[in-house]
Amino acid sequence: MKILVTVKRVTDYEARLKIKPSGEGIETDGVNMIANPFDEIAVEEALRLVEKHGGEVCVVSVGATEAATQIRSALAMGADRGVLVLHDQPLDCSGISLLLEQVALQEKPDIILMGKQAVDDDSHQVAEMLAERLGFGQATQANKISIEGNLATVAREADGGIETLGVQLPCVITTDLRLNTPRYASLPGIMKAKKKPIDEKKAADFGLDLTPKVRMTHFEFPPKKQAGQIVPDVTTLLAKLRTEAKVL
Amino acid sequence: MIGFELSEDQKQLRHLAHEFAKDEIRKKAAHYDETGDWPSDVLGKAFELGLVNAHIPTEYGGLGLGALDGAIIEEELGWGCTGIATAITANSLAQIPVIVAGSDEQKRKWLAPFASEHHICAYAVTEPSAGSDVAAIQTIAVKKGDKYVLNGQKMWITGAGHASWYFVLAKTDKDAGHKGMSAFIVPKNIPGVTIGKKERNMGQCASDTRGITFEDVEIPVENLLGKEGDGFVIAMKAFDHTRPLVAAAAVGLARAAMEHAISYAKERKTFGKPLWHHEGISFMIADMASDVEASRLLVWKSASLLDQKKKNTLVAAYAKRFAADSAMRIATDAVQVFGGNGFNREYPVEKLMRDAKIFQIYEGTSQIQRVIIARELFAG
Repeated sequence: MKILVTVKRVTDYEARLKIKPSGEGIETDGVNMIANPFDEIAVEEALRLVEKHGGEVCVVSVGATEAATQIRSALAMGADRGVLVLHDQPLDCSGISLLLEQVALQEKPDIILMGKQAVDDDSHQVAEMLAERLGFGQATQANKISIEGNLATVAREADGGIETLGVQLPCVITTDLRLNTPRYASLPGIMKAKKKPIDEKKAADFGLDLTPKVRMTHFEFPPKKQAGQIVPDVTTLLAKLRTEAKVL
Repeated sequence: MIGFELSEDQKQLRHLAHEFAKDEIRKKAAHYDETGDWPSDVLGKAFELGLVNAHIPTEYGGLGLGALDGAIIEEELGWGCTGIATAITANSLAQIPVIVAGSDEQKRKWLAPFASEHHICAYAVTEPSAGSDVAAIQTIAVKKGDKYVLNGQKMWITGAGHASWYFVLAKTDKDAGHKGMSAFIVPKNIPGVTIGKKERNMGQCASDTRGITFEDVEIPVENLLGKEGDGFVIAMKAFDHTRPLVAAAAVGLARAAMEHAISYAKERKTFGKPLWHHEGISFMIADMASDVEASRLLVWKSASLLDQKKKNTLVAAYAKRFAADSAMRIATDAVQVFGGNGFNREYPVEKLMRDAKIFQIYEGTSQIQRVIIARELFAG
């Protein structure tokens, strides 16, 4: 079984972010960068599936050369090799899915495992677009995955409870938070990862039109939360809800 | 390494050690501090992740990590809990003499098993009446045929209760001062080795410290490290490697104390404003931050000299002295920032203050480090 896992380099969710003076993006200089946590869950799941069924885990990232660091961490966890699609210009979800489609056509994976969304822009679109482009079935937000023969059974977290889907391979599956707890990359793993291959490709070489259809124009912080008020009784509460909050 | 920038590998090592310290060590730190039990579950996990014995050369099954790599890991482990970090790292102290002075055969026999299974070994030099004054030890090894017969007592031996072998310094010539000392590997399970009770210490309670008695213990001559009379030099050479590590753990502790002080000084209000708006507090914390940074740079320098195969004795003494004394002061000041709460066991900083003290004592006291530094300054 061959599993392709996507890994995105994102800003650390614990970092205190600043908006660029131009307002058109987040300042990433000096900010700690990590692998998207949902993608780490995807790497872990791919490793478990391959441990069970045999096969290979290939990790792919689209981005600048620095994204090799995040591929390397996945290799240190145990993935076999990496593909880095180099592109340092703005890309939207559609552009990323076009590039990943090309990688998938070359790699011919049985399963493409992806985080359900990246924690930086929370777009939640690339996996869905990629499945459509490839004509693969898709099951998103998995909290349990089992494979039998040519069929993946995926339990997914829906609003009303757990929905179970059967998807034919090859397919795209995205991971939710409760699917697993990713392992640590051990020290021997980190050492071994140095020798694992990362195949670098240039996005431009695919000859695709990657002009973003979506452009980020303006970023601002959400308004500061106001302090709560303590009211003496229910009557006052109702009055305030009516006259000040105007929700009744 | 004048750029002070870590390599990608080193960042990964640090990340792993930090996550481990946060998720595994810190969760258990208060428990093991309270009970004094041996943290075997944490040690087992650390072993599986390769955080133990990583400095053993690759030809003997280790990862062959450098001194700077080791120091980077150690700071994070120390940030988690220096008691548990000491339990994890005490192995290195006993292994390093074998790495620096052992024959190929000795390395195969005594180091290689650490790669496949989690073993403990311990460094046994200190005695009830000889600590800083190493040449005053009284343990004696007398050669009889193809054996040495060992008699004497060791004290404050870290990991003694769990070790499978000990690095032991003993006199082979009573009258030759430090030139009469020899170094031996002594397995635990041979007749005449008696392990004392676990000592109850002020801090670093998770670490196991005991006395050991040797009574007519017969050790084969092939367990002698180097030649007769090499013992003192071997033990001192080991310090060049272990002092940067111990100093790194002190940096980790100091950093933890500082972080606690910062978050408390933001949260706690006095006289209508957060603590840190009072200069008395913010200056204390500013001093903590500069000393943590300075300690770390000394540690990195002392370790990277070793990696460049240069003599680091002097810088290791700077690092050990400065990091240990700074950690003690920073932990004490952190308790001060916390006020009455700092004195209480429900808050994290009193443990750090108890744990910090030993850094000024073990691996050469702060006074011994000054002796080393002064001797160097006035040499020739």
